[in-house]
Amino acid sequence: MLKSKIFVKKTRAGGVMKIVREHYLRDDIWCGSEVCAECKQESAELQRDACIESNLCTYPHYVIPDTNVVLHQIDVLEDPVIRNVIILQTVLQEVRHRSAPVYKRLKDIIHEKEKHFYTFTNEHHRETFIEREPGESANDRNDRAIRVAAKWYCQHLKTSESDADGLKVVLLTNDQGNKQKAEESGLLVYRCEEYIKSLIGNPELVDRLALSNDDKNEITSSKLLFPEHLPLSKIQAGIKSGSFLQGTFRASRDNYLEATVFIQGDGEESTEILLQGLQNLNRAVYQDVVAVQLLPRDQWVAPSSVVLQDEGAAKDDNEEEEDEEEKALRISAAEAARKPTGKVVGIIKRNWRPFCGMLNASHIKESTRHLFTPADRRIPRIRIETRQASTLAGQRIMVAIDGWPKHSRYPNGHFVRSLGSAGEKDTEQEVLLLEHDVPHQAFSQAVLSFLPEMPWAITPEEMARREDLRSLTVCSVDPPGCTDIDDALHCRELDNGNVEVGVHIADVTHFLRPGNALDKEAANRGTTVYLCGKRIDMVPELLSSNLCSLRSNVERLAFSCIWEMNHKAEILKTRFTKSVINSKASLTYAEAQMRIDDTTMKDDTTNSLRALNKLAKILKRYRIEKGALTLSSLEVRFHMDSETHDPIDLQTKELMETNSMVEEFMLLANISVAQKIYDEFPDCAMLRKHPAPPLSNYDILLKAAKSKDVEIHTDSAKALADSLDMARVEGFPYFNTLLRILATRCMMQAVYFCSGMDTDFHHYGLASPIYTHFTSPIRRYADIIVHRLLAVAIGADKTYPDLMDKQKQSALSNNLNYRHKMSQYAQRASVAFHTQLFFKSRGILNEEGFVLFVRKNAIIVLIPKFGLEGTVFFDTKDKAAPHLVFDEDGPTLKVEQHTFSIFDRVKVTISLDASNIQHQKIRMSLIEPVIAGVSVPAPEVEPLAKKPKLDR
Amino acid sequence: MGNVVQRQTRGALRFEVCGNMAGLELLSDQGYRLDGRKASELRKVQARMGVFAQADGSAYLEQGNTKALAVVYGPHEVRGLRSRIRHDRAVINCQYSMATFSTAERKRRPHGDRKSTEMSLHLKQTFEAAVMTQLYPRSQIDIYVKILQSDGGNYSVCVNAATLAVIDAGIPMRDYVCACTVGFVDETPLTDLCHAEESGGVSSLALALLPRGGQIALLQMDARLHQDHLESLIEAAMTACKGVSKVLDEVVRQHLQEVSVLSGE
Repeated sequence: MLKSKIFVKKTRAGGVMKIVREHYLRDDIWCGSEVCAECKQESAELQRDACIESNLCTYPHYVIPDTNVVLHQIDVLEDPVIRNVIILQTVLQEVRHRSAPVYKRLKDIIHEKEKHFYTFTNEHHRETFIEREPGESANDRNDRAIRVAAKWYCQHLKTSESDADGLKVVLLTNDQGNKQKAEESGLLVYRCEEYIKSLIGNPELVDRLALSNDDKNEITSSKLLFPEHLPLSKIQAGIKSGSFLQGTFRASRDNYLEATVFIQGDGEESTEILLQGLQNLNRAVYQDVVAVQLLPRDQWVAPSSVVLQDEGAAKDDNEEEEDEEEKALRISAAEAARKPTGKVVGIIKRNWRPFCGMLNASHIKESTRHLFTPADRRIPRIRIETRQASTLAGQRIMVAIDGWPKHSRYPNGHFVRSLGSAGEKDTEQEVLLLEHDVPHQAFSQAVLSFLPEMPWAITPEEMARREDLRSLTVCSVDPPGCTDIDDALHCRELDNGNVEVGVHIADVTHFLRPGNALDKEAANRGTTVYLCGKRIDMVPELLSSNLCSLRSNVERLAFSCIWEMNHKAEILKTRFTKSVINSKASLTYAEAQMRIDDTTMKDDTTNSLRALNKLAKILKRYRIEKGALTLSSLEVRFHMDSETHDPIDLQTKELMETNSMVEEFMLLANISVAQKIYDEFPDCAMLRKHPAPPLSNYDILLKAAKSKDVEIHTDSAKALADSLDMARVEGFPYFNTLLRILATRCMMQAVYFCSGMDTDFHHYGLASPIYTHFTSPIRRYADIIVHRLLAVAIGADKTYPDLMDKQKQSALSNNLNYRHKMSQYAQRASVAFHTQLFFKSRGILNEEGFVLFVRKNAIIVLIPKFGLEGTVFFDTKDKAAPHLVFDEDGPTLKVEQHTFSIFDRVKVTISLDASNIQHQKIRMSLIEPVIAGVSVPAPEVEPLAKKPKLDR
Repeated sequence: MGNVVQRQTRGALRFEVCGNMAGLELLSDQGYRLDGRKASELRKVQARMGVFAQADGSAYLEQGNTKALAVVYGPHEVRGLRSRIRHDRAVINCQYSMATFSTAERKRRPHGDRKSTEMSLHLKQTFEAAVMTQLYPRSQIDIYVKILQSDGGNYSVCVNAATLAVIDAGIPMRDYVCACTVGFVDETPLTDLCHAEESGGVSSLALALLPRGGQIALLQMDARLHQDHLESLIEAAMTACKGVSKVLDEVVRQHLQEVSVLSGE
């Protein structure tokens, strides 16, 4: 049957266009129920005994939620208890239109077999399609369509029912009018809250209910705290006329009353607008897309360097204190430092996700309303309603925001799930993985099904296709404890006097075929994430630690890059080949170093290591001559207790010659491969670039160097590298390292990109015109793409559509960049957490450190021994603040009589501040220089001495 | 002034991207397309032959909301340039045009623009492959096709309509020429695209087939597609063309029956 849909649409140019579309109605759309004998469905999603025990519905029933129920109560629908739900196409489409994240989640639920969700294509069903009546709004029409479909199910299930199972359908809606009309037409209909509350044996589901509009009223005071948000149409008009600006809201990590809005300008120019004060922030949450209005120029302010955290009890009552804090911000700033300042007038798109954090239980014991403090400081505290506060206290939980009414100081939300008790390693790890959006679930069955079968061996056909390099003396050098070895090296003398150097990389693409579930999962994960004591793999362990890992004395598939070089390390010939290798030794950096240094060792492996080391030194020299930067960042390594996995010692990583040896050859391989794939695929090569930082980034470095009378040139990478090498101060050997640490902070992020989408390929840090990642396919997905491209380039493999599509590649590289960044953040967070554990077990320590930055009310101190950075605050709340004078040009901070500037040597005590269990932090207080009323006396470091006694 | 206008439109554009997050879903998980068809289903085809008495042959064909009228004159002696005469076969002259009211926005120029000229050329090539031109040396056959309403797949609808018109004119052909467009979405070939699908960024392919022998009279595609998918796409197009040919065959038989009843045989 054919219906045509006619509607009028406004075009972009403002004209009115009549659009005619066909709309076919079918009679082969099945109801999806097991019970039904009429429909000829192949697989029925909906079960015969659809039992959710409920006070309201004691009979088996299917649930039909309407659009708003799905949009707001998706957390409830996700619960395993809720099964046998019919999602109407009308609902699905509306959800898709209204909220992309909810749509994605809904689709995930539908795909889950155990949930028994069925999508009924009611819009194309002959009996359930309805036309919009004259005068009926689109929403009303959709509501009616939902009712008609529910009615149809009612009758359909009744007629097909021979025995008296009495299967029924229950419509869930929160819309009063809709509910009434449904009741009139004889449907079973409940409000979502009613229904969920009636479920027997699942009281915790009630907490997950999102607060709907009517509930909000009771929670808030009547006082208006925020200005009203403008409606979308007004915002739209405002943006068009240029009076409003659209941008992404970024809350400040350090100051809850301050935020910036990042305005993406046309082309290159993009600006930031400063927002200050709760009123001006106007209920925007981190990452929301907002519309802002600029304030008149005379109200512009400068960003304050005060660190301010939203602490204390629920603040609806004591407004005064708040005003004071806000006033503290408005210290008149120099005219030049003022930035464009604005206020939020409306929200264009909320970007709320579930947040991890902890519950601050209300002081009143019986209260069901509590405040929730997210782990991320940029997210405001959220008010939730729960009956299980006592069990949830001390646990890490997830909470989703439902809304932020204008008379509420905090947004309202609901409890999603509990992650475990705080402070426990597993829970904390889970939290930091969730907060950094690292996919860390176990690999699904679908993914694992693409793994090769064990026992695995290289087939003769495979052998014939590859070059046999098993006879070469190949060895690998890696950090201790490494099980995913993805690179190995060899070096041998050729008869013509030259040397042959080979870099052999694990051939992961042999196992990871494009497009299958395993590949998709790896592409999504993007990178392996290394946390302290834990690794979240990109590919399943069978591949990462066994079949792909180039372990010693087993035959492994490899992708080899082989150069012929002369003894001056000049490349004469480069070739790439798929190969089979048999590594003779897997060494650690230290072992390799020992072999090289031990002159008595004369075996093949050692000789080739020595030759490699010699070449690497030359290569490094070339590279540095070209202007490559050597930067520094302190990396720490924990010595873990083998049983409890608690950190027992902390040590900064030391670098050996062999580290740099391996690195040199990896760089060389990456550059060679980058050149090759770019030559072959100028449009779709995946490369990596490192943009030169804008000169203003160097300000801090220049100022810092100047304070010690050292000149740094930043005109080019080469100039910077040279001047960093020259920078030395008498009697301050650590100065150079500190400068390099500062220089590292000035750099931009290196990113992956698709060569067809960009023109600037330069890698600033490595001073290479072209670069990519080829050498770690086990732990980085970019390398997989590069392997595939290279394999096509040498005719060893076939191409596939997505590989040649620069749009898709570009999208993929965006994901990889995002994952890469997040994994780094997660790594840092993990180190920070373990540092805390370490100091928890150590008690109080006194250490020497250097001032790294100077802030308005604090100094940031680096402890080289632990690679630890901490803040020493000078204005604590409980004490009267000392006299502080901040000079921005230095930058220096004068505390009473003493002046702090960058690189000053200080002595601090380090202890763990566990007063806030959510944000346990390392507290540092000053010991030296002694400033009356500010510094603390050096405490005895005695807990250490005590401990061994207890053990005995 | 110009600057201001430009900024306004840009602002509006940016807004739309944000507001309408996710274009159209061309193929749902349940396997239904925008208009409720499954991936391999054709639109409803309705046709009539012999709609005009003056012409030698004519046909009207609807494929969903795309409607076309085809008229055939000839074979007759070559008019105009004598140099066009071919001594061994007939010349085929095609003209494609679109009614000004055929699209959502009124068309300024019904024929003679580059798209129409190209389409005329394609039609000509298609029918030169199908009509047995060697039977009519030194003569000319005119095929005029007009799109009355356009909703995607204009080329194929024209070919199908013109086939019926040529048959109505009694000009011998090797076989029916049937055409169909197919597109490629989510690794699935979609048959007989409508306008919304064609404009939704699908790489589409048009194919004209002589179904009995399985010979391809014309294959046209101007989007990018990985070669791995080409085969499955052509396969789907050929199946679709065969489906169309069945419908056309039925129309022809029906028409013959009517005509023979009328003429009392």
